[in-house]
Amino acid sequence: MATLRKPKEEMQYILATDVGSTTTKARFFHKRDGEWRFLVAGEAPTTVETPYEDVTLGVRNAVREVEELTGHRILSLDGSGIAVPYDGEIGVDLYCTTSSAGGGLQMMVAGLIKMMTAESANRAALGAGAIVMDVIARDDGRKTYQKIKRIRSLRPDMILLAGGTDGGATAHVLEIVELIKAAEPKPRLGVAYELPIVYAGNKVLRTQVEKLMNEDFALTMVDNLRPVLEVENTEPARRAVHELFMEHVMSHAPGYLKLMKWTDVDIMPTPAGEGMAMQLIASTYKRNVLGVGLGGATTNVYSIVDGRFVRSVSANLGMSYSVTNVMKAAGVENIMRWLPFKLDKEDVASRLMNKMIRPTTIPQTLEDLIVEHSVAREALRLGLEHHKTIATRLKGIQLQRTISDMFDQALEETYIKMMVIDIIAGTGGLLSHAPRRVQSMLILMDAFQPEGVTRMFQDSVFMMPHLGVLSTVYREAAWSVFDKDCLVRLGTAIAPAGTGNPGEPVMAVELEMPDGETMKEELKFGEVKLIDLAERQEAKAVITPHRGYDVGEGPGHRVESTVMGGVAGIILDARGRPLHLPEEEGARKETLLRWFRALDLYPEDKLKEIV
Amino acid sequence: MRDVTEGEKRVSKEAYAYTPGLKVKRAMTVSKTRRLPILGDVYVEVGDKVDYDTVTARTEISGDPEIVKVAMLLGVEPEDLPRYMTVKVGDKIAEDEVIAAYNAFFGLIKKRVPSPIEGTVESISDITGQVIVRGLPVPVEVEAYIPGKVVDVLPREGAVIETNAAFIQGIFGIGGETHGRLKMAVDSPDKELTADRITPEDKGEVLIGGSLVTLEALRKGAEVGVSCIVAGGVRHQDITTFIGEEIGVAITGQEEVGLSLIITEGFGKMRMSQRTFDLLKRFDGYMVSVNGATQIRAGVMRPEIIIPHEEGFEKASSDELAAGMVPGTPVRIIRKPYFGAIGKVVSLPVELQRVDSESYVRVLEVELDDGRVVTVPRANVEIIEE
Repeated sequence: MATLRKPKEEMQYILATDVGSTTTKARFFHKRDGEWRFLVAGEAPTTVETPYEDVTLGVRNAVREVEELTGHRILSLDGSGIAVPYDGEIGVDLYCTTSSAGGGLQMMVAGLIKMMTAESANRAALGAGAIVMDVIARDDGRKTYQKIKRIRSLRPDMILLAGGTDGGATAHVLEIVELIKAAEPKPRLGVAYELPIVYAGNKVLRTQVEKLMNEDFALTMVDNLRPVLEVENTEPARRAVHELFMEHVMSHAPGYLKLMKWTDVDIMPTPAGEGMAMQLIASTYKRNVLGVGLGGATTNVYSIVDGRFVRSVSANLGMSYSVTNVMKAAGVENIMRWLPFKLDKEDVASRLMNKMIRPTTIPQTLEDLIVEHSVAREALRLGLEHHKTIATRLKGIQLQRTISDMFDQALEETYIKMMVIDIIAGTGGLLSHAPRRVQSMLILMDAFQPEGVTRMFQDSVFMMPHLGVLSTVYREAAWSVFDKDCLVRLGTAIAPAGTGNPGEPVMAVELEMPDGETMKEELKFGEVKLIDLAERQEAKAVITPHRGYDVGEGPGHRVESTVMGGVAGIILDARGRPLHLPEEEGARKETLLRWFRALDLYPEDKLKEIV
Repeated sequence: MRDVTEGEKRVSKEAYAYTPGLKVKRAMTVSKTRRLPILGDVYVEVGDKVDYDTVTARTEISGDPEIVKVAMLLGVEPEDLPRYMTVKVGDKIAEDEVIAAYNAFFGLIKKRVPSPIEGTVESISDITGQVIVRGLPVPVEVEAYIPGKVVDVLPREGAVIETNAAFIQGIFGIGGETHGRLKMAVDSPDKELTADRITPEDKGEVLIGGSLVTLEALRKGAEVGVSCIVAGGVRHQDITTFIGEEIGVAITGQEEVGLSLIITEGFGKMRMSQRTFDLLKRFDGYMVSVNGATQIRAGVMRPEIIIPHEEGFEKASSDELAAGMVPGTPVRIIRKPYFGAIGKVVSLPVELQRVDSESYVRVLEVELDDGRVVTVPRANVEIIEE
């Protein structure tokens, strides 16, 4: 629990860090003229491994950089850590941190039915910021011996066990419990570590579960996450996972016991902090948000739709360590379809393999940059596909079907529809380092294919996790920094759903610009246009889609909306949804070049040299 | 349009900090910690001399459990199960030994449940009706891997072995620990290692190629029983075909493809660095320990070639941390457009510079071996450790 050492209104300095698996990132915030702002950043290698084996060394180094850049002393004079609170000369008023050092929180999840309790347990673990290594269920298609073999090969930090509604299935749930006990899962953190298990299943079985598991595991009981089929209650399980993360996982990482004493707020897994930041956007704007953290090793996708928060993590989709896994999962052809120039398959594959084995290198040539941007589109596309399998309606419930449902091929499982997403927010090295902001906007648009009117955000300097953990104790300060220094408004995408033939009219857009001028644009199928409208400026838009195209009010129906500007601007996208690229190579390249040029995506002189 | 500079300014320092080179050392003290996965017995003492295959520690991991749905097989209720069990918890049983029996109608209906494996009865549940039989324990041994001296013993866990050796790190590999006689299969670092250079006499050897190992050579090597192949590069398609699947993430070492493979430069045809090639050539005919296991994550692990020898150890260096880059530092460029080129640092400008991709990054100027001076991002070079 957080205990603040100074009333919020008296605070002047806040320090937040993220202890990442390779880099520890410090962010320093200051209240100036009554307003919280981001002041400076400091970074240093994480010191979780030999010969250091103490994360606080990396934290000190990162903080020391902040001290050097600001001249403000933060570390206590006696060397005991961070001086809290600020005494008028040294220190900060609040210190908080997230962590993913040593691989973050790795969990195994088990439930009775794959599509019901196991799925809910999976969502609870993901929501707590875990990497879910496997989901075991009675009906997961594997034979008992295969499941045992799998559990024995995993090295989880924690297990979440669910199954049965309250008063429902008993014997089958205990079969799963017996299975786990028999497999004797070994923790990743060594022999001295007592593996924590959270039981969030049928409550009538608690005594039996305790009898079976208490001896070999650190067992915690929480409310059933599916007390009845119609209700999913992941919060108690999520909270327990978080507490155990602090109590067991963190305390086993070298130096964390010390770090825990330094902080005023519980240490949070990095993805949980990032998720908090996405929720902050949703709650502030009161809109549906789709967020993504495209990292070097993993891709996290977050959705907040009608208040429901879901996170998914694609543990092996990323831009450096996992770049070749994107190639493996998407197929090299799917990456190459985004290239407006010719490269042979082996060349693309070698480039990516070489990036994977030397993950800290950066593209120097435009050609290399465009290859990485192509990979990013596919990583994001696959990440969203994965997210849709997690963000689903509750299964196992009797649905009232209408006659019209019967004409549908099948009832779609996910509730993530791009037309209901109002805001897309991206974070991660590739997006924030894109030399032109419009590049990250188009990458997000090509991958996620937003429909209707969608605002686009990204972070400036990586600090969403920091602000996420800060928001749990001091929301106003977190939002102030978030709004002014973290969120970059890329602009707004206006994209009708529907497809047609090149040259056919798609939509007419009338924009009343801030200077009073009215702009009129007619877009034909396949066209994309960029309208300059600066950050924090608005324009009134009247969008009239042609018959067969939908911008939110149904096919052919006009939509009036206030659209927000940004560092890229307003992109009018009449390329159709779903987005199709021509099959024929020449036509495909020509189409890509037309789009890229319409948006001034890359420097023309360099582009000419390579196409 | 606002361009990004703020964020880059801050990360450039970090990129500068991370330019560790791969080790190519003629003489150093190599130490290896040999540890059991769980506690067990250690068989060596400090001061003992060990060989490649000396068992340093041994333990047993519990056997696989077999879950038998006995109540269901007998057709009885789970709560009645204990009445029909013919064995009890803790009993040792043989494979096919009857563990439960059901008789009805004066023996007219007989049902027997045999144990599917040899092992011990671990539990009998009157709720699920399941019986768990634990299989025999599986022995696990840890060998020394390198010949040398035991310098430390980790009680119940293992030992630390030390030896004087030449030490060469590769950039990527597959397959696990092995050893064999080092043999130069090509006479120059730009030659390809092709199948015709491998003969049945190479069985058990560690073959050194030049710029590339072909798919046919990999297959021939596995066929004749070569321990390991070391080369500058390999084609992506060839390694995919050879191991039977695409490599997703670089966590390797478990592949069972008949040999270990270590590449020293990267993917594609890549001339092996002259230094690496010359060092390997110097120890032609020596016994070497090799490991293809690679893990490119936090806790990075690169494949390695360890050549134990006792020559010229008066100046032996231990595994000290590399110093940073200064003008004159030899570096290798590890990304296009100068990938593979070797040169010396000329200058390290402090200001961020714009490169062709339009990114503003920290750069350095390098004088290449052919005399050209080029500008590259600092993140795209690695120090060649002397």
